[in-house]
Amino acid sequence: MIEVHELTKRFGGRTAVDHLTFTVKPGIVTGFLGPNGAGKSTTMRMILGLDKPTSGTATVNGRPYAAHRAPIQQVGALIDAKAVHTGRSAYHHLSAMAATTGVPRSRVDEVIDIVGLREVARRRAGAFSLGMGQRLGIASALLADPEVLILDEPVNGLDPEGILWIRQLMRSLAAEGRTVFVSSHLMSEMALTAEHLIVVGRGRLIADMSVAGFIDQAAGDVVRVRSPRAAQLHELITGPGVTVTSTERGAFEVTGLEADQIGECAAAAGITLHELSVQKPSLEEAFMELTRDAVEYVPTGVNR
Amino acid sequence: MSTALNGKIQPLRVTQARVIHSEWIKFWSLRSTVLSLAAGVALLVGVGLITASVSASGGSIGDDRLGAADASLGGVMFAQLAFGTLGVLFMAGEYGTGMIRSTLSAVPRRLPMLWAKIAVFSAVTFVTGLVATAIAFTGGQALIGDGAASWSDAGVARAVVNTAVLLTGSGLLGIAFGALLRSTAGAVTTVFGGLFLFDNIVGLMLPDSWQGALRYFPGSSGNAAAAVTQAPDTLAPYAGLAVFAGYVVLAAIAAAWRLSRSDA
Ligand SMILES: Nc1ncnc2c1ncn2[C@@H]1O[C@H](COP(=O)(O)OP(=O)(O)OP(=O)(O)O)[C@@H](O)[C@H]1O
Ligand SMILES: [Mg+2]
Repeated sequence: MIEVHELTKRFGGRTAVDHLTFTVKPGIVTGFLGPNGAGKSTTMRMILGLDKPTSGTATVNGRPYAAHRAPIQQVGALIDAKAVHTGRSAYHHLSAMAATTGVPRSRVDEVIDIVGLREVARRRAGAFSLGMGQRLGIASALLADPEVLILDEPVNGLDPEGILWIRQLMRSLAAEGRTVFVSSHLMSEMALTAEHLIVVGRGRLIADMSVAGFIDQAAGDVVRVRSPRAAQLHELITGPGVTVTSTERGAFEVTGLEADQIGECAAAAGITLHELSVQKPSLEEAFMELTRDAVEYVPTGVNR
Repeated sequence: MSTALNGKIQPLRVTQARVIHSEWIKFWSLRSTVLSLAAGVALLVGVGLITASVSASGGSIGDDRLGAADASLGGVMFAQLAFGTLGVLFMAGEYGTGMIRSTLSAVPRRLPMLWAKIAVFSAVTFVTGLVATAIAFTGGQALIGDGAASWSDAGVARAVVNTAVLLTGSGLLGIAFGALLRSTAGAVTTVFGGLFLFDNIVGLMLPDSWQGALRYFPGSSGNAAAAVTQAPDTLAPYAGLAVFAGYVVLAAIAAAWRLSRSDA
C-alpha cells in the first residue's frame, strides 16, 4: 500500500508535483499515467526518499520509506534502468545491493535466473543493451522479495517478448497480493495490464479511477446522425442529459443517447436517416482528450 | 514463474556492518578502483626508488641519514594523486553513472553509506599505503647503501606510518569532495588544487607578516606529518598530522551535510 498525501515538489520556480493525493492498493496493478514532464518520475522518487518533497507526505505500508528496517524488502523499485555503475557486472551489482540488507547470495542467483540474465551476469553492465539493463533493474527490484513494486516505465526498451514477459510478471506479482505501481505514457499498454489508473498532468491529479471505468467513460459514445430533416430530429431528441452539437448542415453529433434510441425516434416520426453511427474514440484518444490541457511539451514547429 | 524468496532466511534489515560489506563488494568489483590503487602503490615505490638512487649517485647523502630516508619517500606526492583520484572515483563515480540512486534506495538513511565508504576506503588504503611505504623505504635504503637510514633511526617509523595516513587522508578528501561536487572532474581538480596548489598560490598573495599561517595549510601540514626531517617553518609532525586530519574531518562533515540534505 502506498499513500501519497498533498505531495508537492518545486524545482526552483517550477512546480513538478502539485498537491497530489492518492492511494495505491495491494493485489492489483495500478497504472500511473501522464504525458512527458507530468511529474510521474518525481513522484516515484519522492516515495522512495530520493527527492525531498517541498511539502506533503508519502508513506509505504504505513511509514515513510526510509523509516523501514529493510527498505528494499518493503519496496522494490525500478526508477531508472541506468541506476547501475557501468563498470560493474550485474552479479556484483546485485550482490552489493543484497549485502546492504542481508539478502542471501543464493537469492542473487535466483533473481538473475528470473529475469533471464544468467548468460551475461558476469559482464560489465555498461555493455548491456537497453532491454538487458531494464531486466537488471527488475532483478534488483525483486531482490528482497518486496511487498510493493514501483516501476518507472519498465517496458521502455524491451522487445515484444520482453513486454509480454513484464506484463505477465506484473500481473502475477499483483495476484500474489503485492502492490504494483507502474508508470507509462501509453494508455493502451495500461489497458492491458492495469486494473486501476492514476492520471496526472502538470503535476496535478487528473483522474483516479478503474481502467474499466475509464474505458466506459471513454466509450461514452458520440452518435453521429445525418438526415435531410436534421433540424426536426434535433428538436425531437432534445432533452435532459442530451447534448447535440451541429457539425455541418444536415448532420449533428449526440451524446447522452444510444444510437438505437435515436433510430427509434426517427422511425416513429418518419424521418429518413442517411447516417447513424457510433463514434468510439480509441483509448489513446480518450487519454489525450483527458490530458490535453495538461500536456507540457507540445510540438510547436507545425504552426510556423 | 516464481518470484518469491525460497525458504526462510534471517530477518532482513539494514545494519552499518552490512552496508560496509556492500561497499567492500563495490570497491573490489570495479576495475577502475583496483587499478588506481595499484597505480598508487607503483608510483610510491617506483618514484621512491628513483629519488633514492638519484640522491645516492649525486652524493648528496653524505652523513645525512635522515635525508636518505626522505629521499626514499619521494613518491608520496604522486601516490597522493592516485589515492586522491581513487577516493573521488569511489564516490563521484556513483553520481556519474546513476548508481547512487540504487545505493540510496537500499540505504535511504544515506549517512550509513558515507560512513561505510569511509571505513572501507580507510582500511584498504591505510594497509596498502603502509605496505607500499615500507617497501619504498626499505628498497630505497638498499639502493643508497652507504649512509642509508634504518628503521631504528628517529622519526623513520613515524614518517612511514604518517605517510600511509597522509595517503588515506588524501583519498578521504577525494570521497568528501566527490560527495560535495558529485563530479569526478570537479572533485579531482579541487582535491589536487587544495593539496598541491592552494598553499603556493595563497602563499604568494599573503603579506610577509602572515607567512607564518602557511604551515597550517592543507599541503604544508600534510607534508610536515609525513617527513622524517622537518623543513624550517613547518609544524611538528604530530601537529601537522592533527591539522591535516582536521581538514579531512571538516570535508567529511560538509559531505555528510550535503548528502543528507539534497536530492539524490
Ligand atoms: N532535478 C530536477 N531539476 C529541475 N527540474 C526537474 C528535475 N527533475 C524533474 N524536473 C522537472 O519536473 C517536471 C516533472 O518531471 P518528471 O521527470 O517527474 O516527469 P515524468 O512524468 O516522469 O515525465 P516522462 O514521462 O518524460 O518521464 C519536468 O518539468 C522536469 O523538467
Ligand atoms: Mg519519467
